[in-house]
Amino acid sequence: MKIFTRLLAFLSPFRWLIVLAILLGSVMIASNIGLLGMAAYLIAASALGPLLVLLSIPIYLVRMMGIVRALSRYAERLVSHNATFRLLANLRVWAYSRIEPQAPAHLLTYRSGDMLARLVADIEELQNFYLRVVSPIAVALVVSLFTFGIFSIFSLGLAWVALAFLVADGLGVPFLTAFLARGLGRQQVNARAVLNLQVVDSLQGIKDVLAFGRSQVQLESVAACDRSLGHVQRHMATITGLQAALNDLLMNTAMWVLLLLAIPLVSSRYIDGVYLGVIGLLILASFEAVQPLASAFQRLGHLLTAAERVFAVTDAQPPVVESVTAQPIPAEPGGYALSFEHVHFAYRLGECEVLSDISFDLRPGSRMAIVGPSGAGKSTLARLALRFWDPSNGVIRLNGQDIRCCRLRTLRDLICVIAQDTYIFNDTLHTNLLLARHGASEAEIETALAQAQLTEFTRQLPRGLNTWVGEQGMQLSGGERQRLAVARAFLRDAPILILDEATANLDPLTERTLLDSLVELTRRQTTLYITHRLLGMERMDEILVLDQGRIAERGTHEELLAKKGLYRQLFDIQQGELTLA
Amino acid sequence: MHKRLRASIKPLRGILVLTVSMSTLGALTTIAQMILLSEIVNAVFLSHRGLAQVLLPLVLLLGTLILRASLLWGREVTAQRAAIRFKASLRERVFAHLLRLGPAWNSSERTGELVAVVNEGIERLDAYISRYLPQRVLSVVVPLLILVVVLPVDWFSALLLLVTGPVIPLLMYLVGSYTEKRIQAQWDTLSRMSAHFLDVMQGLTTLKLFGRSQAQQERIAHISNRYRDKTLQVLRYAFLSGAVLEFMTMTAIGVIATTLGVRLLNHGIAFESAFLVLLLTPEFYRPLQELGVQRHAAMEGEASARRIFEILESPVPIEMPTAVEEPVPAGAITLDITDLSYIYPGKEGPALDHFGLSLPANTCTALVGRSGAGKSTLVNLLMRFMDATSGTIAANGVPITALSPDRWRKYVALVPQRPYLFYGTLRENIRLARPEANDDELMQAAKLAGVTAFIDELLDGFDTQVGEQGMQLSAGQAQRVAIARAILKNAPILILDEPTSSLDPESEALIRQSLTTLTLNRTVLVIAHRYNTIARADHVAVLDEGRIVEAGTPDALVLSRGIYANMLGVVRTSEVPV
Repeated sequence: MKIFTRLLAFLSPFRWLIVLAILLGSVMIASNIGLLGMAAYLIAASALGPLLVLLSIPIYLVRMMGIVRALSRYAERLVSHNATFRLLANLRVWAYSRIEPQAPAHLLTYRSGDMLARLVADIEELQNFYLRVVSPIAVALVVSLFTFGIFSIFSLGLAWVALAFLVADGLGVPFLTAFLARGLGRQQVNARAVLNLQVVDSLQGIKDVLAFGRSQVQLESVAACDRSLGHVQRHMATITGLQAALNDLLMNTAMWVLLLLAIPLVSSRYIDGVYLGVIGLLILASFEAVQPLASAFQRLGHLLTAAERVFAVTDAQPPVVESVTAQPIPAEPGGYALSFEHVHFAYRLGECEVLSDISFDLRPGSRMAIVGPSGAGKSTLARLALRFWDPSNGVIRLNGQDIRCCRLRTLRDLICVIAQDTYIFNDTLHTNLLLARHGASEAEIETALAQAQLTEFTRQLPRGLNTWVGEQGMQLSGGERQRLAVARAFLRDAPILILDEATANLDPLTERTLLDSLVELTRRQTTLYITHRLLGMERMDEILVLDQGRIAERGTHEELLAKKGLYRQLFDIQQGELTLA
Repeated sequence: MHKRLRASIKPLRGILVLTVSMSTLGALTTIAQMILLSEIVNAVFLSHRGLAQVLLPLVLLLGTLILRASLLWGREVTAQRAAIRFKASLRERVFAHLLRLGPAWNSSERTGELVAVVNEGIERLDAYISRYLPQRVLSVVVPLLILVVVLPVDWFSALLLLVTGPVIPLLMYLVGSYTEKRIQAQWDTLSRMSAHFLDVMQGLTTLKLFGRSQAQQERIAHISNRYRDKTLQVLRYAFLSGAVLEFMTMTAIGVIATTLGVRLLNHGIAFESAFLVLLLTPEFYRPLQELGVQRHAAMEGEASARRIFEILESPVPIEMPTAVEEPVPAGAITLDITDLSYIYPGKEGPALDHFGLSLPANTCTALVGRSGAGKSTLVNLLMRFMDATSGTIAANGVPITALSPDRWRKYVALVPQRPYLFYGTLRENIRLARPEANDDELMQAAKLAGVTAFIDELLDGFDTQVGEQGMQLSAGQAQRVAIARAILKNAPILILDEPTSSLDPESEALIRQSLTTLTLNRTVLVIAHRYNTIARADHVAVLDEGRIVEAGTPDALVLSRGIYANMLGVVRTSEVPV
């Protein structure tokens, strides 16, 4: 219920639009009721043989109702879709404002891009709140009251009976259906999930399926899943069929009962016989309002679940709080120095530490490498430097200033990252570059592209810098993406550069090209080079070897080789790889 | 496409006919209902009968109501069952065909789309089968039935109905195609705008790091508003068809009611008949309106069907043997690859170009070459995931095309570059290599492959659920499982595709011994980049652009100072102080 109220709050900025839509929806159905009622009256009255002129009003009304219905239907759909799009805009802006402070940390804990896509899909689903839930319910209420009102003109008793049937159909049938189908919804979801799993497994692992002769096994698996799913679906079909049948039955029975009650009233002259047919048609037409309620309640169920998931994310607290009294970072003549002092970090309290007692000093203009087997905690280091999270213990300083006391914006202006997965936005190449520096001039962009060795590439594009890239545009290769990141880094021109496994997803040839493009960049800026491949280590001022979150060894390339420890081991393995020119 | 879909539906004929029959019976029941209703109203209103006198028709009326509802129930159930049966059989057909098409056809980027087709794509056909198809028939049958009933009662109304009836689908079609054109024109812009939000969310980290995340909030609002404006522009036309339909139907009812009224005044028609016609008029238009509603679902269904049949019609890249299958002579196997060529469909150059190589029995050959040289193509051909364009692969003289792919694959064990772990326990994942193996053999294989070395890290040991939705094993651990499978399978031919590339130093050392044991007494082809692995092979072949450019023993090649020596040489320049 609380979630429902929260969702309603999203509608309040444009509540007058909502009221208008509900009104139009009600008019639409009321005009149909009116049309059929009037038509029945017209025919019945004509049968009594009055003067034509007395029928002129009903004739006129009958004609009018048709136009009113068509117009109100058209207007209602436009207005309600308008409201829906406004709702969607509201939802997106709100969700963004709640999730933005939580980034980047919480987003990283989503296991795959899948979860983010699902979150966005859930948010989009909520836009149906008005159109498929609030609207049908509100219109049903209004029309039911209207019907009650109309029938009470004839007889209060009839009115109550009519209302009772409307409620039975609008509320009773959905609840009955929900009760009968309890658990089936979940069963169906589960059966679908298992089927999906089998299909995904077989297709993604098709090489292994075929290599081990498992085609038949997988086929039978899928057939079995189909059988279980079919079983549940057939069960569901019986219930949805029942629902449709009951809807129909209640509507017609309402008519029948009202007829039964009205006939004696006509015989006793309480009601004029002319209205008998009218009563029949009126009640039949009024059910148009309550019949959509069954699916509205079902949809409500889905929506509430989706809303729950969304609120779970948006209600979370950001992991890093910006200090209210932000201190400036003292500027030093040499530039910026980054230091870690006995830093410890675990993702959650009580969990195994990802980083233990990390201390180092990155002097301005120097180059430091952090290496080690994968999973050693290297990337976490970069994220702590950028304040995705705060360390569990220890301090991180920029020019001596604890970074927890700085403004996040300032911190991130000073440090630029090139990570292994560069995100390209669904936009032009130009916009993707401008991200790094908002008002960059053409000349600056040209230079950056040249430094990143992208000039030739850009020249070959169909529309140059205005080519659309990203998910729905041109797909860039791994190497091209990373070079774009390098171009962004050039434009950004931040004093400290962190390369976080920048070449991890590239093949050796492409890696070499990228490292070449980085030479100029790393020469100008203080660089922290995080990698698990030992290339170009001779140029590093200091190398830290991380193992299981601790600094296992440190020194220069030559010193470490001489030690014949972990570094030497890693180096030897790498040397054993053939390099292909 | 529509043709093939129709052919698939043939087996459902019976049940669909049943559905339509029930709906038709339902329509007849409705007609009876209206006849009874008009009779009752006439009796009470004009003939001034009391309740007792109309009791019989009232009871009959109740009967028709119950019958009508029951038929509706029956119709729903049968229609759904038809759809369920159809979906399951089509799903299994597509799935079986996808398996036959093999990995050569499904490249990894397409898997997501294929899964979506098998799951959601087929679901979209549900409405097509259970609603649209029956409705197509009903939208003709029911109005006709009503016309037949109305005609003898009042020919003028029947004429009006007849004239206005077909106008509805016609209008639907005209307005529909007009709006579709307008929607298509906007499609790109609209889909970009609707994808914007997800894009921003996915790139939020990047935005944050460039300090541009707060500016995006306004942009989201701006784009959502523009989306609203543009979509509403399109919807103005899309809703027109609904409005016009509604208007037409309502006006028709109005006109019919009015003319009936006038004729009643002139005593040209009896009240009972006039009322009946009024009652039947909405029923006449209803099926046509229903059809309009179903059209959207129908279009979605047809789009899905197109893709499904595209898949079903893709030719299988392997030919089945026509003659009686010849068994491969037992014992150690010598593989002779002669003049093998392969061109990927749609590509210009051959991936393998008159490739020739001999793998003598019980020897180990290492294949070296950069990415794109043709190594994975060779593996696919050796595994018979596809057939070569020309040339032969022979095992002990028998061409492998003489056997069915399933039988051939029993002779080969593959350790792929990216092994796949299935949804199931670790034990099951190893056992699938040879289901008849006993526990001892399984444990032995696991031990040799270095799986037991990490088993203690897992809570449930061998019974740990792995794969999709299970425990995520590291690349190195997965590779060890793949090696365990190969050991367990114990096949005469072994193909190792970069077996140690994902392994860290410790694991590699662990495996090295097992790999040495594994490669004894077997014909082995190993594709590798690591010097240590290659140096232990009996032969080395260098592959470049689909051809063998150098071959010989490792030592001989080093001495010859050719390409292989060069590759090593580049490695060795980084001085390693001893």
